[in-house]
Formats: sequence, C-alpha cells, structure tokens
Amino acid sequence: MNQFMEWITQPWPWYVAGPMIGLTVPALLIVGNKSFGISSSLRHVCAACIPAGIPFFTYNWKKEMWNLLFVLGILIGGFIATSFLANPNEIVIAEQTQAELSAIGITDFSGLLPADIFNWENLFTAKGLLFFVVGGFLVGFGTRYAGGCTSGHAIMGISSLQWPSLVATIFFMIGGFLMTHVIMEPLMKLVGF
Amino acid sequence: MKVLEKKIKADVCDAPNSRIDHDKGHELIKYLIIGVVFGIVFVKAEIISWFRIQEMFRLQSFFMYGVIGSAIVTGLISIQLIKRLGIKTIHGEAINIPTKEFKKGQIIGGFIFGLGWALTGACPGPLFAQIGSGFTVIFITFLSAIAGTWVYGKFSDKLPN
Repeated sequence: MNQFMEWITQPWPWYVAGPMIGLTVPALLIVGNKSFGISSSLRHVCAACIPAGIPFFTYNWKKEMWNLLFVLGILIGGFIATSFLANPNEIVIAEQTQAELSAIGITDFSGLLPADIFNWENLFTAKGLLFFVVGGFLVGFGTRYAGGCTSGHAIMGISSLQWPSLVATIFFMIGGFLMTHVIMEPLMKLVGF
Repeated sequence: MKVLEKKIKADVCDAPNSRIDHDKGHELIKYLIIGVVFGIVFVKAEIISWFRIQEMFRLQSFFMYGVIGSAIVTGLISIQLIKRLGIKTIHGEAINIPTKEFKKGQIIGGFIFGLGWALTGACPGPLFAQIGSGFTVIFITFLSAIAGTWVYGKFSDKLPN
C-alpha cells in the first residue's frame, strides 16, 4: 500500500496522462454518444444563467446537463488529487523556462501556478486584470468563436480526422507562441512585474 | 431509427450530441465519474500548471506535446476501432460523431484563444481542475471566460464567420 501511494503521488508521466485523456473520447461515446468537449460548458452556463434572449443561448441547456456534470467532475477530481494524492515535492520546471520567467519577474516556482500572479491580493490590480480578467475573457471568447478548445478540437476533432479542427489547433498554437514570445513581456512590465 | 432522427442540427450547438432520453437523473452520474478521473489526471500530470504551458510555448519541454500527441493517437485508434468493429453505445445505439464544418472562427477565434491560453496557462478543462485544487482565485478567470463566451454569443452574427 505504501509503495502504491508512493507511486501514485509522483507526478504522472505524459505517456500515462495522454492515453488516459485520449480514452475519454471512446468513454464518452460509448456511455452515451457524447462528443468530448469542455468549452461548451461555458456556453451552457450562459444559456442557463444569463441567456438574455440571445439566440445563441436560447436552446434547451438541460439536455446538455451531462456536460455540466462532466466539468463538475473535473473540479471534484482536482480536489481529490490535490487533497489525497498530492506530490510531496516541488514541481520540476525546465531550467531554461525558469531562467526566462525569472527574467520577466516571476519569483515563485514552488507551486503548480506562480504565486506572484495567481493570488487574491492581485485581484484588483493591473496584474489581476491582465491574467484573470483579460486572460479569462480571451479563453471564453476565443474558444466559442473557434467552436471548441483543446479537448473539442485538438483531441476530439483531430482524432476523428476533421481538418477544420487541425486548422483551429494550429491557430491555438500560433496565438500561444505570439503571446509567450512577443506580447507577454511588455504586458508584464506594464502591469508592474 | 427513431434515435437517429432525434439528432440535433449541427448549427444548434457546437458540440451536438444525440440526445437520448435515458440520460436523466442518476444516469448522468457516469459523466460526473468520467470527469472526476479526468480531473485527477489533469492534476497528477501537472497539466493544470501554468509552468507546463509556458514550457510548451517556449519549446523547452516535450511533456505537453507528449500528452496531447498521445491523447490524439489514443483517441484516433479508439474511434477507428469503434467504426471498424461497429461498436455501439451501452444502450445499443450506433455511435455518431458530428462533423465539424470549417468557419473563419476556427482561425480568428483559435488565435484569440491561443493568446488567452498562454496568459492564463489554462484551457477550459484545467480551469475547473485549478479551482478544485484550491486555486480559488481562478474562479475569477472562470467568470471572465463566461463573460467572453457571452459576448461572443451576443455579437456572433456580426463577426466574420
């Protein structure tokens, strides 16, 4: 049992995590003919809470309840993994990434998320505005405009051989590269890093 | 055949699914369970980490490419098996995978999401797992993502598509 716990609390390698994520695709298809996709849940929340008569949100969201339960499950899974199966050691980050992030003002490399950015004290500051408000907005707006996110397009779409999903995934990456290499540093300076 | 006729039109929802009547009440628990397993993997493989996403976009670690790549390969093999062996759902229905049609949104929206992905270090799935992991401030990111989705819905007919 101890050995098992030791093994399970280690960070899982990509060749365990990737196939497990991939298996979600047939699991959802087989248990209920559902297409793997997560960003749709944001749309269902809009439809359920703030439809405001907008045609895009006027549909029977109750029939998409499975998707809301699926994401609730992800939240609970996050809680279980962190509470009972947490890695006792600090996260290992590539040296060069650490060096580059230090150079733009990140000082905390102990947690899964840098405490310099992700804490409540930053909420009403320029840092919070950039990383929580602007960042979240881009994720919500972009995924819906694209009709899916990493799960719906990159994983479900590409694995069912749909080229529009490959196009979407390529543009996810282009956006991410541009933000990381060009826009992020000046933005971080601007918000006080 | 009746089940097939119940398929909704693709333009009604981005993730159209055959809506099946037996997906009610306790039947929905199975999706919660799949979600829980998924959430555990997200945290245990540290996919929810902002640093992992930075490593990926800085091309300094193979990890995320390995995760996404092997997830796609697993999904691809699974779907091929389902198709070739004619595997049905546990309720005996034919499995239906909706086709995604090409829109300009996949380019423009995809690019916008990419910008946000690098900033927040999270796509929508990890957002939920981050909140569950105790990074409660991510709830604000989540609310803002809801707002972004809403604004898209409000102006969707005015945007190029």
